[in-house]
Amino acid sequence: MAVGHGHLPEPVAALIRARAAVPNPHLDVESYDPEGDLLVLNLGPQHPSTHGVLRVKLYLDGEVCIKAVPYLGYLHRGVEKLCEKLTYVQITPIVDKNDYVAAFSNELAINMGFETLLGVEPPPRAQHIRALGAEMQRVASHLLWIGTFGLDMGGALGGGATLFMHTFRERESILDCFEVLTGSRFHYNTLQVGGCRHDIPAGWETLVRQTFATISARIEEYESFVRTNAIFLARTRGVGVVDAELALSLGVSGPVLRASGVDYDLRRDRPYGLYRELKVNVATASAGDCQARFEVRLAEMRESIRLVNLLLDGVPEGPINVLKAVKLPGTVKPKPGIGYAAIESPRGELGTWVVADGSDKPYRCKIRGPSLHALSLLPYLAPGQNLSDIIVTLGSLDPIMGEVDR
Amino acid sequence: MILGNPWVHGGVVGFVVVNFLMVTFAWSVWFERKFAGRMQNRPGPTEVGPFGLLQPIADLLKLLQKQDIVPDGADRALFNLAPPIGAILILASAAALPFGPGLVAADLDVGVLFALSITSLMVIPVWMAGWASNNKYALLGAMRAAAQAVSFEVPLLLSAMVPIVLAGSFSIADIVAAQSGYAWFALWPPGPGLVAFVLFFLTSLAEANRIPFDIPEAESELVAGVTTEYTGMKFGLFYLAEYVHTLVASLLATVLFLGGWEGPFVDGPHWMIAKALGLYAFIFWVRWTLLRYRADQFMALCWKVLVPTSLATLVAAALWKHLS
Repeated sequence: MAVGHGHLPEPVAALIRARAAVPNPHLDVESYDPEGDLLVLNLGPQHPSTHGVLRVKLYLDGEVCIKAVPYLGYLHRGVEKLCEKLTYVQITPIVDKNDYVAAFSNELAINMGFETLLGVEPPPRAQHIRALGAEMQRVASHLLWIGTFGLDMGGALGGGATLFMHTFRERESILDCFEVLTGSRFHYNTLQVGGCRHDIPAGWETLVRQTFATISARIEEYESFVRTNAIFLARTRGVGVVDAELALSLGVSGPVLRASGVDYDLRRDRPYGLYRELKVNVATASAGDCQARFEVRLAEMRESIRLVNLLLDGVPEGPINVLKAVKLPGTVKPKPGIGYAAIESPRGELGTWVVADGSDKPYRCKIRGPSLHALSLLPYLAPGQNLSDIIVTLGSLDPIMGEVDR
Repeated sequence: MILGNPWVHGGVVGFVVVNFLMVTFAWSVWFERKFAGRMQNRPGPTEVGPFGLLQPIADLLKLLQKQDIVPDGADRALFNLAPPIGAILILASAAALPFGPGLVAADLDVGVLFALSITSLMVIPVWMAGWASNNKYALLGAMRAAAQAVSFEVPLLLSAMVPIVLAGSFSIADIVAAQSGYAWFALWPPGPGLVAFVLFFLTSLAEANRIPFDIPEAESELVAGVTTEYTGMKFGLFYLAEYVHTLVASLLATVLFLGGWEGPFVDGPHWMIAKALGLYAFIFWVRWTLLRYRADQFMALCWKVLVPTSLATLVAAALWKHLS
């Protein structure tokens, strides 16, 4: 098959040219009036609340934003290019670092992409481990998000830091479960084409059950925090309202989309792996503001805890990989073709589009990260907002810059 | 008697008071870190000395060793002057604060007004720092601080007027004397005194830039507000001014509403200090619990809630005074 970079079909090229000709008012940097007495503020790339290294150029009238222009690429590490230089087996630890607070989801997405190329399906036990890991990772990721959202509103030297420390304690206990399973707290390198690398060790189920029983009780505390804290409500209600139309047109997915009233979750609507047999209750909210996003994420954590407990009940015995245990790179060689697989990561649709040319390395590997799409809402939400609200809105979108820049 | 000389008396008491404030500041930072640590499932400072008690000294040494940076394009004179002015002003405000009968550096007839006006001058070094830093975050922080100070002066002074009206004097010694026999203004007359105490406390939090009103230095938005460009001991002086401001506000609330140095067993400065430190610790508790308001929300809170309430409280106190 012919796969080339320089030879775009004419209709596609025409489409790209036409799009470039239309100015995007939200991204047109020079269209502001220099005589307009605006304050140009570079928020980031070094700033306490830009969640890593995002730079947003803000045009402020007083403290009210006129225009916001995000500049990306400060965390660009060329992961997709690296994927072309590494074998299918070597790629997993690289993509761990994309969405670095949900490494398991990255591994799942990329390996599912490779498996569609190979046409293999992991055995049931591996499917269970994968679903378990994905749901545990979702809880861990949302816990981290609640903490950093508190930081955005209460500061590193205030009540927000207290919330942050508490959610980090819970998250740490989940990472301990992952450590027992895979040997690493953070970047697991545990999945591989056709299954998993690490089997469930003895006693792990008890550990996970205990951990999640504790977390389940503590989520009540966070919920009471949302419902009763007047300052929290004042800061989040009606702030950063995302319109469902806008979100859909920008390709936003995940909790941000569901908080705007769009009932869409890949686990239910395009099920993969074990989710074909599982019934997932999808949480939605209609307000589309920061509080709705908080509520949706809280409900998702509850649902994930329910799924973890359900999955732990029925882990079947059997092999954890359909292929022979991969010891050497280069043993996985899919036939030429194109594959796409997407999962519902904690942040939304995390997809892998991979082109194989018959060798042991992908010809092209494109990672569709949901954070980029969520972040693209910012130029639409920020104008008219106060600086304080921009920080809260940005936090509520939950962009992970490792995934945005790749 | 040489101590009868007001200069000598003022000098000695002032020296003691300033040292008390500084030492309390230093170890209150240790206390706050321990306290916040316990609230957050962590031990707080443990390394320097027993229970980390020498942490303030280590912090001081660290601050002294830091490179002193003046940013390019900064107004050097203003930039360098702002921190000492802030520290001097806030320490001077304690001059009129009595710690016991006669234990006051300067027994002024208008002691309350003196202390409040000096603390409200704190906005000037803050604005100087924000303007001189040549930094947009600092400028935004200074703008917020100025707006906040202008707004919160009003309910602060109105609520401070309540004990003045009730005692019929501007002198702090007279106000404390009027509360003798446990007729503390926070408790008696029931109603206006307590409301005024709460208002005074809230507005003091705003004056001293503490959470939930620490909008001028909101570190998640403005990095560090006016102190963004400050390093070393200059930053340390701002830090000191902020903490001493909180402490002075606690002391003022104690003399105005909580009967000053009156207490069980023996009246004296120890009760004054104990009550003030109680309030001070309460402020830490609030700080590590609450989130931050947005600037406009909290201006609305000030002008729509606090100012009318404090006016009503003042009228109620005047009526009480008139009728009794």
